[in-house]
Amino acid sequence: MKVLVPVKRVLDPYVKVRVKQDKSGVDLSNAKMAMNPFCEIAVEQAVRLKEQGVASEVVVVSAGPQQSQETLRTGLAMGADRGVLIPTDVALEPLAIAKLLKAVVDKEDPGLVLMGKQAVDGDNNQTGQMLAALLGWAQGTFISKVELQDGAAQVTREIDGGLETLQVKLPAVLTVDLRLCEPRYASLPNIMKAKKKPIDTHSPEDLGVDVTPRLQVSRVEEPPARQAGIKVESVQELVKKLHEEAKVI
Amino acid sequence: MDVIEEVRKSVSRLCAEFPNEYWRELDAGRGYPREFVRALTDAGFLATLIPEAYGGSGLGLMAAGVILEEIARSGGHPGACHAQMYTMGTLLRHGSEAQKQAYLPQIADGRLRLQAFGVTEPAAGTDTTSIATFAEKRDGRYVINGQKVWISRAEHSDLLLLLARTTPRNEVARKTEGLSVFLVDIREALGNGLTIRPIETMMNHHTTEMFFDDLEVSEDALVGEEGKGFRYILDGMNAERILIAFECIGDAKFFIERATNYANDRQVFGGPIGQNQGIQFPIARAYADMRAAELMTHEAARRFDTGEHCGAEANMAKLLASEVSWRAGDTCLQTHGGYGFAKAFDIERKLRETRLYQVAPVSTNLILAYLGEHVLGLPRSF
Repeated sequence: MKVLVPVKRVLDPYVKVRVKQDKSGVDLSNAKMAMNPFCEIAVEQAVRLKEQGVASEVVVVSAGPQQSQETLRTGLAMGADRGVLIPTDVALEPLAIAKLLKAVVDKEDPGLVLMGKQAVDGDNNQTGQMLAALLGWAQGTFISKVELQDGAAQVTREIDGGLETLQVKLPAVLTVDLRLCEPRYASLPNIMKAKKKPIDTHSPEDLGVDVTPRLQVSRVEEPPARQAGIKVESVQELVKKLHEEAKVI
Repeated sequence: MDVIEEVRKSVSRLCAEFPNEYWRELDAGRGYPREFVRALTDAGFLATLIPEAYGGSGLGLMAAGVILEEIARSGGHPGACHAQMYTMGTLLRHGSEAQKQAYLPQIADGRLRLQAFGVTEPAAGTDTTSIATFAEKRDGRYVINGQKVWISRAEHSDLLLLLARTTPRNEVARKTEGLSVFLVDIREALGNGLTIRPIETMMNHHTTEMFFDDLEVSEDALVGEEGKGFRYILDGMNAERILIAFECIGDAKFFIERATNYANDRQVFGGPIGQNQGIQFPIARAYADMRAAELMTHEAARRFDTGEHCGAEANMAKLLASEVSWRAGDTCLQTHGGYGFAKAFDIERKLRETRLYQVAPVSTNLILAYLGEHVLGLPRSF
């Protein structure tokens, strides 16, 4: 079974984010970029499935600026077999990415799409669900455990208040949560091998997808600085303040 | 793809599995970072410089240097294993094909550790041609007698690259002749003429003194031609200096990052201490100095990797980097005030570790003497 893993190039999550002076967006010039951490977890899981003999091939795909090729190489160094790059300078929205991925799925015919539950830049948490809908496939989101057997996946989902276990028919789109697995670091021989692994390039036009944005960003602002907290003497005082000042109860 | 950046990222990830507590405990107990070295070996990083034909990755000093830099930057101590990367260089350049086939693939995958290099003696340091350890040829074997000192990691190495005289100094035309390089199997030699004694030092560096008392080795242990060993070890020294410069750059980055974070977080008199110029400017100065040393280090590595002369650059990189790491460490300590002295902050440990590199593998004054005499054409100063 072929596994397709979409990966996204995002601002390194350990770098402090700065808003541009004109408030048009986040300043990405000279910023350190990295693979979205949830995508890394998805790549790791896919490579493990291959090592277990469940998956036959792992294909990583990325849509975005040309440098997304570096993100694909990171996935290839972790153990994916080949890459698909969809270069575009348009700021892609979740629906556009989902449509691009659908077009890649139509070409590649994978048995499973494993992807991050969200990217840490926009935190949209929409692409996986939209892709499943466009494909008419089953979906399992926020998974922290997965087992594949007989044309189905048993997945454990992290939901408010506990864990939910679902049986999902394949092919399916699964989106992964933080606790699914710990991504590996690439070994030097694998980094070297990744240089020689093939990456196919398809433009959005080749794939027949219109990626024109439908949303317009009016303004991006830093969140207000957090005020210092206060200490209260008693429960009564706490309740009173929550009621009269914070007005939350 | 930029392989170097991919390597940096991966080593950084690997190092995150060995947090500062790990190194702190080793330092307290004078332990050797076995688990760390194993992980680094298994991921192929110590075989960076070994050609692909012998099981390595065939990359250059730039990649090897970034690996060591990243270990130092994370708070670790690359000195525990850096020599596994470059000691094999002498064997690679001057060994026979049979020796290379026999040893390099096993060094690449870590089955054999070649990270001890025996040159210095109690009466001969930088003045290498004065060494007295002698290998006498007797019935098709060499019998070695003498003493070495400051031989690092000898207790954690299977093989030793040894420099010994094979012709007495007064019987050769030039004092650089008559020296030979041997590859000694420490495992076989121990108890059969070789004794190793550890020397405790101000940091956890696993250095030793070695005593050779009629140690017999076979003729096959000779690397290259007899009598030409001095030249063989010289061309490994630039690589060593460049790699150590990378480590110092990593140390400086560690100190600058720690100092910056602390200066931003620590509140005194109603504001972060970093808003005071007396705190902020030394950190900014250390950063500028570090970047300058880093550029020199990259230039040295680039020259080495493209086969250009790099003696001056390798020496200057080591000089500048070892001094900036020390100054950045001192600034970091001062920024932290009393906390800088607490072991839990790792600053005092890193400061002890980085201090070595103004002395080893060559002292600052000897570098200045080299630059003065050989680069500028001034009279010999010693």
